[in-house]
This record gives sequence, C-alpha cells and structure tokens, in this order.
Amino acid sequence: MSAIPPFLQVENLARAYPSPTGGEAITVFDHVNFHIHKGEFICVTGHSGCGKSTILNILAGLDAATTGNVFMDGREVAGPSLDRGVIFQSHALMPWLSVLENVSFAVKSRWASWNKQKVRDHAMRYIELVGLMGAEHKKPSQLSGGMKQRVGIARAFSIEPKMLLMDEPFGALDALTRGVIQDELLKICAETQQTVFMITHDVDEAILLSDKIMLMSNGPHARIAEIVNNGLPRPRERSAIHKQPHYYPIRNHLVDFLVSRSKQFGALRDAPDAPSSPTVFDPADLLVPEPPVVHTPPVGKPHIHLVNA
Amino acid sequence: MKTRLSLSQKASLLSLGLFALILLVWYLATLPDARVAAVNVDPEYAALMGGGAASSASSFPTPLAMAQTMWERLSDPFYDNGPNDKGIGIQLAYSLARVLGGFFLAAAVAIPLGFAIGNSRVFYQALNPYVQLLKPISPLAWMPLALYTIKDASASAIFVIFICSLWPMLINTAHGVANVRRDWLDVARTLEVNPLRKAFRVILPAAAPTILTGMRISMGIAWLVIVAAEMLVGGTGIGYFVWNEWNNLSITNVLFAILMIGVVGMALDSIFGVLSKRVAYQE
Ligand SMILES: Nc1ncnc2c1ncn2[C@@H]1O[C@H](COP(=O)(O)OP(=O)(O)O)[C@@H](O)[C@H]1O
Ligand SMILES: [Mg+2]
Repeated sequence: MSAIPPFLQVENLARAYPSPTGGEAITVFDHVNFHIHKGEFICVTGHSGCGKSTILNILAGLDAATTGNVFMDGREVAGPSLDRGVIFQSHALMPWLSVLENVSFAVKSRWASWNKQKVRDHAMRYIELVGLMGAEHKKPSQLSGGMKQRVGIARAFSIEPKMLLMDEPFGALDALTRGVIQDELLKICAETQQTVFMITHDVDEAILLSDKIMLMSNGPHARIAEIVNNGLPRPRERSAIHKQPHYYPIRNHLVDFLVSRSKQFGALRDAPDAPSSPTVFDPADLLVPEPPVVHTPPVGKPHIHLVNA
Repeated sequence: MKTRLSLSQKASLLSLGLFALILLVWYLATLPDARVAAVNVDPEYAALMGGGAASSASSFPTPLAMAQTMWERLSDPFYDNGPNDKGIGIQLAYSLARVLGGFFLAAAVAIPLGFAIGNSRVFYQALNPYVQLLKPISPLAWMPLALYTIKDASASAIFVIFICSLWPMLINTAHGVANVRRDWLDVARTLEVNPLRKAFRVILPAAAPTILTGMRISMGIAWLVIVAAEMLVGGTGIGYFVWNEWNNLSITNVLFAILMIGVVGMALDSIFGVLSKRVAYQE
C-alpha cells in the first residue's frame, strides 16, 4: 500500500490573513500536512473558525494558500477544476434554473460537445440517483432544504469529478432528513468509489461515513492534531453501527478531543517536545474493546435511533 | 342575503365611485352659468382671451365636450394635414420613436459599461466620480449643447433621452453585477465556465431583476423628459402638440394630450412590469 503515491498530497499548508488592526498577519493554520488515497472518505472536524473551510477552498482552488502546496494526481492545484466537485453548505443552486437545468449546466460545462439530449439524459440519471425524479422541472425555491441539498449532490456527482469536496453539506438540515441523505451518500459513494474530503461538525456523521477522521486544533495556528482511523466494517448501517465494538471508543475519542484536547493543543505545540506530526488513533490498537452494552446511547443525538434504514 | 366582496372588487367599486365623483365635480364646475360668472369675476382674463376665443375653444371644457373631442381624435388618430395639424397617433408615434431610440441607445451603452464597472473595482473607482457628477444634471440642460453640436432638432431630443436614460441603467447594472452571490460565481469557477458563458448564463440572469428595475426607471424618466424636450425643439411629437394647442388656446386638446401622455406612460411601465416578472427569481 505504501508504495502507491497518495492521490492527494497536502504539504506544509498555511494561510494568513492581514490583521484588521494593521499589525502582524493572523495565521489561521500552519504546518498542515495530510494525504488522501483514491477512494478514501476523509472527514475533518474541529471548532468553528479553525480554518476547515479555508482548507477546503484551497483544495478546491477557490482560495490560495499563503505557503505550502497541494498536489492532486501528481499535479499542483493552482485553481478551480472540474476534477474537483464542490458541494456547498448553502447548496448554491441558481434559483432561476430548474433542478434539471442546474444539473445540466454542470454537465454541459464538463462535456461542452455533448448534444442536448445526451446532456439531459446524463443529468436525469443523477437526478434519479438522489431520488428527485418527478421534481426535475421545479425551481429551487419550490424545494425543501433536503431536496435542495440533493440537487447539489447530483450536480457535484454528475460531472464525475476525481474528488469531491463537501463543506458541512448537511449542517442546515433537520436530523431526520440528514439521516436519509447520509444513507444515500453512503450508497452513492460505495457505488462510485468516490474520493471525498468532507467537513462536518457531527461526530456521528463522521463515524458513519468516513475511513479517516482528521481533528483540527483551535486557531490561530491551528493544525491537524490527530487522525483517527475509522476501521468500522462496510457496508455500514445507520441503525446498527453503534453495535460495533469500536463505535463508542471512536466516538468518545472524538467527543473528548472536541471538548478538551482541541484547546490544549495550542499550549502543547510550543513545548520543545511537541508532536511534529498528528498522533494517530486506531481503535484496533485497543487491547480490549469495550462492550457496547456498557454505554447508554447519547442523548441529544436522537437521529441515530429515529431513522431505520 | 349578504354577499361579501373580495378586496379587488371593493377597490374597483371605490375606483368607479371616485371616477363618478370627479365627473360630477367637473360637470358642476363647468355649468354654463358658472362659466359666465368666471368671466365676470376676472375681466382681465376675459380680455386676454379675446372676444371670439372666449366663447368656446378657450374655456374649460365640459365633460361632454371632452368626451366628444376624445371620440373625434381617437376615431381618426393618423390623419396628417400639414405641420400643425396631425392626428394624435402620429404625434405619439414621433414621441415614442424618439424615446425608444434614445432609450435603446442608452441601454446599448449602459448595460455593457455597467457590467464592466460591476465586475472591476478599478473600473468602478475610476468612473464613479464622472457618474456622480453627470447624474444630477437635468437632461434638458444638455439641449443647447446638443443643438449646437448635432444641429438637428429631432436628433437632439433623442440625445437628451439618451442622457437621461443612461444613469439609472448604468448604476443598476453595475450594482446588480457587483452583488451577484459569491456562491454562484464559485459554482461557475469550479465548473471552469468560460467568461462569456459565465456572463450570459450566471451574471446576467442573476443581475437581471436589478438591471430591469434600472431600465424601468429610465423609461419612466425618458417619457417625462420627452414632453419637455419636444416643447423646446418643436415640430412634431406629443410635447410639441401640447405646446401648440396651448398656443391655439384649446384647453380641450391640451387636456386630451395630458390624458394620452398618462395612458402611454402607464402602458410603457406595465410592459416593464411584465418583463420584470419574467426575469424575477425567488431565492
Ligand atoms: N477574508 C477573510 N479575512 C480575514 N479573516 C478571515 C477571512 N476569511 C476567514 N477568515 C478567518 O479565518 C478563520 C477560519 O475561517 P474558516 O475557514 O471559515 O473556519 P471554519 O470553516 O473552520 O469554521 C476564521 O477565524 C476567520 O475569522
Ligand atoms: Mg466553515
């Protein structure tokens, strides 16, 4: 495995903004290194303002890093590209176009030489994939939040990008809708072997979808503090995933990071023996997996139990 | 049995009632003895009107006389008996031709220029002082300059319409283009959409409601200005007609022209109302 060069390589990325008061520039994050292999699903989490969206925008080519490089498929990322599809948190559909026209606009951008019928057929295939058959002539304003986000997913997948970037795609949805769309995403990603980089605030969402979870410390000078290998077996079922022996160790590790370790990292970093690369947590390394019956399901996250796949 | 009227039915009834009231007041105010009284009260005015004119043409018409004139003029709108006697349709057509000419010339300049200004902060800052300086100038103030340089009355009127239509369209286009949502532009960027396609498929539809509002304001101003401009340049057009009929002391015709100016202005505005609806989108 290690012989294969990673599909996406991020080296020593940093981003600074000029200080609003005119002083020294504010470094949001620095020394960010990670890589993603083909077909991997990576989730990133961390507190608001640590720079997750900024990293995603740099990967998308919409923003430029202050220092550092991003390579995809051996080539440096220097601007936006059809090879990297983006699903925006605000869905970013064009309100004057129908569902079909929104997806077709993307398809036509990808394959400019295709005729109308071919563009339409291709777009319809992806509209069907996200379960929006019958709504293709509706305008975004006539759709619910969940349906709008589905159109965003259809649009991103329709251009068959080499990599998909998602910035808190389900953050604005209610728990029930979120669960249904997560299941769909899980299915589509399994079918297409899509490489995904996704930002999420939802720990359960990260565990359900990801192969690896990157944890960012708080800014300024945020870093990727830890990487969690999420080896839970696939195919995963939302209703059964919490019965996996490693589910709660991973979940507790993530919650613990967000609650306490993310803050401490800043102090640690300046210590002489500060870790130069992120610590890796792998629940498989745990000697005795805790039996799941010990834990009561967490309150305040009811959607796991509400939705039965 | 009592039936409840809908809001629009009530409003229509009230409108009709108001119209009847206006007609009644008009009728009472122009009763023959009241007119005699008015002449008696103001002998200076009567003297100004002169002996023959005071009898019919110069006096404020009764509603019935007005209706008669309207009927006559509207049943034959396109006759042409020389420079001082043309049908109302011909006069309005001259005015409309000038307004549309000046308006579309202005649109052809303002919309592309507005695109450039809205897209580029450098352009915006460079041109902003000129716009701010030129915008508050009354379009009629350009008339002498236009007559001097163009040396053609009709073309000068078109130029004045051009100038007054320019600013609302320019400012609204620039504003609409500058405020296209970042998300949509980011979508276009990640899809590697070329600049021309981005302009026509993303920026133009996104800014269309704002641009159309500017066009609607421009058209409104242009229709206001054409009457004054044609009073100045003379010859043809509804503005010239009003002035000419005032010189003929035909208040009936002046009133009729005022009404027609209102009707045409309303029609122009409602065309833009329909267009606005067509390009509107709901976020
Ligand atoms: N245009 C900007 N100018 C100055 N600071 C910015 C700008 N954009 C983002 N930031 C700062 O960068 C930090 C990271 O932002 P962001 O990437 O959106 O965080 P996250 O997505 O993790 O919540 C924030 O603290 C924000 O204040
Ligand atoms: Mg963010």
